[in-house]
Amino acid sequence: MTLQDQSFQPQALFNVAKLPTSRRAFLKAGAAAGGGLLLTLTVPLLVKAAAGAASAGASTLNAYVTIAADNSVTIMSKNPEIGQGIKTMLPMLIAEELDVAWSQVRIDQAPLDAAKYGRQFAGGSQATPLNWEPCRRAGAAARQMLIAAAAAQWNVPASECTTSEGRVLHQSSGRSVTYGAVAERASTLPVPDLAKVAVKDPKNYTIIGRSTPGYDSPKVVKGEPLFGIDHEVPGMLYAVFQKCPVFGGKVVTANVNDLKKMTGVRDAFVVEGGSDLHGLMPGVAIVADSWWRASKAREKLEVTWDEGATAAQSSAGFAKQAAAFRGQAPQNSLRNDGDVAAALSSAAQVVEADYHYPFIAHAPLEPMNCTAHVEGVKVTLWAPTQNPGPGRTLVAKTLGLDESKVIVNMTRCGGGFGRRLDSDFMAEAAWISKVAGAPVKLVWNRTDDMQHDFYRPAGWHFFKAGLDADGKLIAWQQHFVSFGKNGNYARSANMESTIFPAGRVPNLSMGVSLMPLGVPTGPLRAPGSNALAFVFQSFIDELAHKAGKDPLQFQIDLLGKPEMLPGRGAGFHTGRARGVMEKVREVSGWGQRKLPERTGMGVAFYYSHLGYFAEVVEAAVGNDGQIKINKVWAVGDVGSHVINPTAAENMAQGGVLDGLGEALNQKITIDKGRVVEANFDSFQPLRLTQAAPVEVHFVTTDNPPTGLGEPPLPPAIPALCNAIFAATGKRIRSLPIDTALLKA
Amino acid sequence: MHYALTINGKSHDVDVDADTPLLWVLRDAVKLKGTKFGCGAGLCGACTVHIGGQAVRACQTAVSDVGNHAVTTIEGIGETAVGARLQKAWLAVDVVQCGYCQAGQIMTAAALLTQNKSPSDADIDAAMDGNICRCATYSRIRQAIKQAASGADFGANGQPRKGA
Ligand code: FES
Ligand code: FES
Repeated sequence: MTLQDQSFQPQALFNVAKLPTSRRAFLKAGAAAGGGLLLTLTVPLLVKAAAGAASAGASTLNAYVTIAADNSVTIMSKNPEIGQGIKTMLPMLIAEELDVAWSQVRIDQAPLDAAKYGRQFAGGSQATPLNWEPCRRAGAAARQMLIAAAAAQWNVPASECTTSEGRVLHQSSGRSVTYGAVAERASTLPVPDLAKVAVKDPKNYTIIGRSTPGYDSPKVVKGEPLFGIDHEVPGMLYAVFQKCPVFGGKVVTANVNDLKKMTGVRDAFVVEGGSDLHGLMPGVAIVADSWWRASKAREKLEVTWDEGATAAQSSAGFAKQAAAFRGQAPQNSLRNDGDVAAALSSAAQVVEADYHYPFIAHAPLEPMNCTAHVEGVKVTLWAPTQNPGPGRTLVAKTLGLDESKVIVNMTRCGGGFGRRLDSDFMAEAAWISKVAGAPVKLVWNRTDDMQHDFYRPAGWHFFKAGLDADGKLIAWQQHFVSFGKNGNYARSANMESTIFPAGRVPNLSMGVSLMPLGVPTGPLRAPGSNALAFVFQSFIDELAHKAGKDPLQFQIDLLGKPEMLPGRGAGFHTGRARGVMEKVREVSGWGQRKLPERTGMGVAFYYSHLGYFAEVVEAAVGNDGQIKINKVWAVGDVGSHVINPTAAENMAQGGVLDGLGEALNQKITIDKGRVVEANFDSFQPLRLTQAAPVEVHFVTTDNPPTGLGEPPLPPAIPALCNAIFAATGKRIRSLPIDTALLKA
Repeated sequence: MHYALTINGKSHDVDVDADTPLLWVLRDAVKLKGTKFGCGAGLCGACTVHIGGQAVRACQTAVSDVGNHAVTTIEGIGETAVGARLQKAWLAVDVVQCGYCQAGQIMTAAALLTQNKSPSDADIDAAMDGNICRCATYSRIRQAIKQAASGADFGANGQPRKGA
């Protein structure tokens, strides 16, 4: 299966990766993935609106564009908005090629409709690479139809007509007409071949590349009800749902009859559920006339649980198992270049290091919630989801309904970070509505959210590397300990064997050992990379220091000549990585400034989700070990265009700070099969006082534009840890950073 | 229990249990959804409203404790000079990512600017550190507060304009 195939499967975002059985198998998959993503973009079907679908006086030219007689233009935004700015950005692409003024544009959230829009989801920083071509072409096709309509009206050749700001112009006769005036006629014309429509020369762009504020922000700052949790249905009841604190546990008995007597409680019942941790799990539902009363009833809930096998698992147990693996050969080999053993024995210096990172949670600020209304064989949902298609599939499966009977309305999401790629909360809401016989709004509390997440999996990496007498890296041996069974990784617990410096070290081996896990895991913003960047880029920094080299120059030397190496998408381009490293050297004044004592600068780069980011962190470490981040410089290469610069900067700053928050604050602890942390006191997102200024730069290169939700995050973590080393000489090999180890 | 609340200058009669947090009264009884639920424990600031001009966490305030004090929420803060300036600055700086925290951020910032017309970075730190932005729009939040404060004429101590 190629990466392209996968990107249109619900599972694709979940990294259900099977271990390659051999080096050869890997290369095959890698090659397919290499060409696939960017070459075989699907073009959206330009489905004509059914008669009457557009509002009166407006004409629909294709699935995205409707133009009213008053020349207002409504553009559909196909994907869920989770804060990544997609509701503004995708319509910018369409409006650019449609050639309208941004002030004419109204944006509507598109319904879930695969026939019109293809896959609709927010994940993997994929919206930009997947839609850059199709959305612009949808706009260009509509423009071509409008020109054809005006040309026919004037009886002139279409080739003599031009457009500007929502008008068709015929220069030689001086005539002009608004799009609105010819839209109806245009909507009756044949849809042009998308592959052949003319698109603008980028130098004529007026919208792409211009900072465009978030379309819904005026409503956000006034507190208008945009989010899933804000949705209301007449006659709606409120629900809470208590699952077993131990993952996979079942209900034996519950005092639901007592709860039913409480004020305002309309129903309380046991949900048998299943055993798929991503679906409807066993639990107790309480339905009341207010969420507060449902929550109060929950305090009186008494459940006897059958906790099941996961109750035997704990973070401490995982660490013990990892330590046992350390002394053994990896269960599976991922890659084996050259002769690592021989190179290590001939090395002038051998460096050993053990790295570890913990489980962490997503904790988007809007807790999981969903409003569902089951009416007979039909169900309507209003869901803050990143992944409405698979959500619909899960709900249909859970209720035993046909998918065509499940209507999913996408609402704005109060953050996603990958959590809302899973649809468990949608299945719960639908089931509770069905049993309660009423529309129901299910709202999780923060503890539900933190204790029933799909966590970024923990991991351990045991390294041995060899440097020759000149400080050149000649051997790299890496034993990755992760989770999974039967050669299958747990979700998002995999490691690709193409990560730099693979391909640049003559003798390199990577192997993996897996232990079983009952805790559900899943993609967290920059899945894989958010942990692996810390490990790889910190260890390379260690090696640079041992080699007596400048860490930035050491990496540039190691990148070597500019060329494409195997990797995600079209591959990993060493020249693009070098480009962002050179630029961050320049903008950060790397090596140019004298820093105070216990202040240091660290650098790291990472290639993830098709984007290249290099970052420098300047941090000061107090004698008490407290870390103060003075500043971060981030340089990105996401291709030929930064589509919406204000949003891009915001997203890059957010990604960098998110990474720093993970490094400084975050850890989820498993004890007896359950999560210990319960709210924002024990699991802290970054706060304002920890937020350093982040200066963002972009390097543009002649490559198709790619996404920004994820790539800025991964290098922030190792750049910080490397800065701490520069400041204190203490190497951070375990996250979150233990400041007690940094005392002077 | 019946409570007569004054919210954004209008009176509302609500019939809720005495221990119901103001947050849920606003959202589910009065149907003002701008005040957000983030943690229910006073840890995130998403539910910040003003009671008698003070910024408070609505999730930690029982409706029975509101008394006669006027409540202002994000839906009403734009009627004050400070609130209007902050909302304008928020848009000019393009602060919002997901936007879920921003009502609480603006409400905390409005209380700050009402008491302190030109806050220093340290003042902003002290006032705003309790408001989590999970999307980490912090530098723009800081910038928007400063922009709203710069040369700001908030009217008479930021009191609501007439007719609010
Ligand atoms: S919801 Fe009130 S402080 Fe978080
Ligand atoms: S903008 Fe998303 S939580 Fe602040």
